Amino acid sequence: MSTYILKRFLQLIPVFLGATLLVYFLVFSLPGDPIVALFGDKPVNEAVAAKLRMQYHLDQPFWMQYLLYLKSIFTFDLGQDFSGRPIAAVLGEVFPVTARLAIMALIFEAFFGIVFGLIAGLRKGKLFDATVLIFSLIVIGIPIFVLGFLLQFTIGVQLGWAKPTVSSAATIPDLILPAIVLGLGSFAYVLRLTRTSVIENMNADYVRTATAKGLSRFQVVRVHILRNSLIPVITFLGADLGALMGGAIVTEGIFNVPGVGNRLYRAVLSGEGPTVVSIVTVLVLIYCLSNLLVDLLYGWLDPRIRYDS
Amino acid sequence: MRFSRTSKALGMVAIAALALTGCGASGSANGSGSTGGDTSKVILADGSEPQRPLMPADTNEVGGGKVIDMIFAGLVSYDPSGKPVNELAESIEGKDGQHFTIKVKKDQKFTNGEAITAKSFVDSWNFGAAAKNAQLSGGFFESIKGYDEASKEGSTVETMSGLKVIDDQTFTVELKQPESDWPLRLGYTAFVPVPSGALKDPKGFGEKPVGNGPYKLADGGWQHNVQIQLVPNPDYNGPRKAKNAGVTFKIYQNDDSAYQDLMSNNLDILQTIPTSALKNFKSDLGDRTINKPYAGNQTIAIPEYLPEWSGEAGKLRRQAISMAINREEITKVIFNGARQPAKDFTAPVLDGYSDSIAGADNLKFDAAKAKEAWTKADAIQKWDANKTFTIAYNADKGGHKAWVEAVVNQLKNSLGIKVEGKPYATFKEARNDATAKTLTGSIRAGWQADYPSLYNFLGPIYKTGAGSNDANYANPTFDKAISDGLNAATVSEGNKAMNKAQEILLQDLPAIPLWYQVAQGGWSDKVSNVDYGWDGVPLYYNVTGK
Repeated sequence: MSTYILKRFLQLIPVFLGATLLVYFLVFSLPGDPIVALFGDKPVNEAVAAKLRMQYHLDQPFWMQYLLYLKSIFTFDLGQDFSGRPIAAVLGEVFPVTARLAIMALIFEAFFGIVFGLIAGLRKGKLFDATVLIFSLIVIGIPIFVLGFLLQFTIGVQLGWAKPTVSSAATIPDLILPAIVLGLGSFAYVLRLTRTSVIENMNADYVRTATAKGLSRFQVVRVHILRNSLIPVITFLGADLGALMGGAIVTEGIFNVPGVGNRLYRAVLSGEGPTVVSIVTVLVLIYCLSNLLVDLLYGWLDPRIRYDS
Repeated sequence: MRFSRTSKALGMVAIAALALTGCGASGSANGSGSTGGDTSKVILADGSEPQRPLMPADTNEVGGGKVIDMIFAGLVSYDPSGKPVNELAESIEGKDGQHFTIKVKKDQKFTNGEAITAKSFVDSWNFGAAAKNAQLSGGFFESIKGYDEASKEGSTVETMSGLKVIDDQTFTVELKQPESDWPLRLGYTAFVPVPSGALKDPKGFGEKPVGNGPYKLADGGWQHNVQIQLVPNPDYNGPRKAKNAGVTFKIYQNDDSAYQDLMSNNLDILQTIPTSALKNFKSDLGDRTINKPYAGNQTIAIPEYLPEWSGEAGKLRRQAISMAINREEITKVIFNGARQPAKDFTAPVLDGYSDSIAGADNLKFDAAKAKEAWTKADAIQKWDANKTFTIAYNADKGGHKAWVEAVVNQLKNSLGIKVEGKPYATFKEARNDATAKTLTGSIRAGWQADYPSLYNFLGPIYKTGAGSNDANYANPTFDKAISDGLNAATVSEGNKAMNKAQEILLQDLPAIPLWYQVAQGGWSDKVSNVDYGWDGVPLYYNVTGK
């Protein structure tokens, strides 16, 4: 088991290098000179531009820029963004906010998705099942920004139950509405996954055996049906955490959440290579780690699964 | 656009003895009736994250500019109509438009207690201009003698020879050549003084700027990407005294979410109503809106380095394009009145503006005349029928797509040529082609005045070799007319000369003026006394609670 985990950690190294290289190259290839853009419509002062280019290594060829960036990572100094602030500090500000948002969305979609999916699966074909199925179809069908604006306008502006945008501290109550919007799409998937999986397991031999043994309905559902049905759901949720963190750009924009998506979007537009790469790299690492966590959870849910070493 | 800065115009050229002896402490000369109101309210306004550290000479975009303007005071500030009013200056005197003697008011202090003297100004300006400090707005000092030496790449000269400290309160300025409207520019944020600590550690200072303006940054007031909190500076005694308990700029990623906050009273002032709400903001907000022209315009620049747009044929074609655009229709239908059709190259809020300069007819929609001019041009140099005329714009910000498409359709209909909008993914990409002079067609351009003067709309953009001359326009007659304007003896004569220069532009049309900018903003029902300045920025210091 520990060899397995170690191996997985070692795999992170090539993933990390590959991701940084690829993303750095993409940002490097973006057309336009970010320093010229800093001047706006105003005349470009070449002396100032040259000085700034040097400061951000933009006068170097691609490989040199990339190596300098790698060096800065290993010295734990990620360099500076265009406003002269250490990128490490920027990451420290935006990641906690987005992590809070993504985890809240994950809890929302996991809890409601699994509960509704379980009930729907157990009552296959009944009214509740049909209702949640239709509802989930609608949610999947509507783009997230439409849902976002709709909820922001009705709940935030017209009903006044929540503020339309998050406050400066981005506290947990502030983030409830954005988290629901962010998690709504995945909620529908979790619901449908759980439902299908529950229906499948209800007909499994071991469930019949358990019922025949005289176990209570509750125990059958909890131990034999639910636990076995969760494997595909956990796989989905694990991958979804990474997707929620990186994919919150639209939701963060609508609710003005000062998180990763917002900063990343601005950095891409202004061509701040090191900022973009640093943010994306952390996202990639989170993605890898959450997948590792999911793989480890499999063994707990289904002891038949073994990790080769 | 991004780089808006204020403007409005005031007269420009004032030559002899432009002694701006002005109102100083006597208080607000603003037009808005500041009748009572709750002065204990903290105003919540929308802002954007500054791109650079908050160093006055390094800030050239709206997000940071708005804050700098409020936490710093310069020699003069502009009143709501764009008239310069002495702020720190006791007097600014010049006899020949080239040599100025500036007296600084006594007993003025930065909020850290440091005294503001003549030296503060000279040091700050030298710092801004020196190449070694790489300040984005360093170009604003270009008229001062010695700027070239200090700003050259790799230069080790750190002072401009044109600046001399006489005593604690007095310094003199020598310009490279007479520019009688130069004192007018001193209200621009690049010209404010900074305390000596700023010059030693600009980066640290930029995080926690110490100023001398009507407001100061609250302790830990700049929460990056979230908000910037300003509180009144009790020691400020200039014309922009705060009438509220502070201003907090909440940083928004887009105007749409700011608008939702405004409607639910979670935001007090929204500077610009988002395009998506232009149709209904008046019914949403009732009388809590403003619709006020400011010193900015929008044009389409057509580079003369493209063969089919050069020479006599190019000139006729540009006139044809100009007359083929129905400005009235677009400002009404697309902008719902948020723009006004252009009648010249400047803006109507400026002193000296005229809507009836000879040649202004070239900006009037006339499909028949447009077609005629186009045919005439064809007789000189045939237009390749397979060629597409493109109008480039940046698609990331500013909502340019809608009007570009409208112009494209009008040109197609009136002239029967192939026209297309050409979106650039980002502003940076568009600027790159514009400054490298590698455009393949026209590009949308805009200008927001830095200081209220006709010259600011003409010189920096259309003079031969000027920094923002994206169209590569070069016309000695125009250059001459402009320098006549700068050398004129009085403000009104200077303005007349500038408008003479515009007559030339209206024939040559290096850029095609489209419309003037109009500030459209709104506020919540918790505040009153909201008015906008000549530059389209709310006069935050004047806003009170209800």
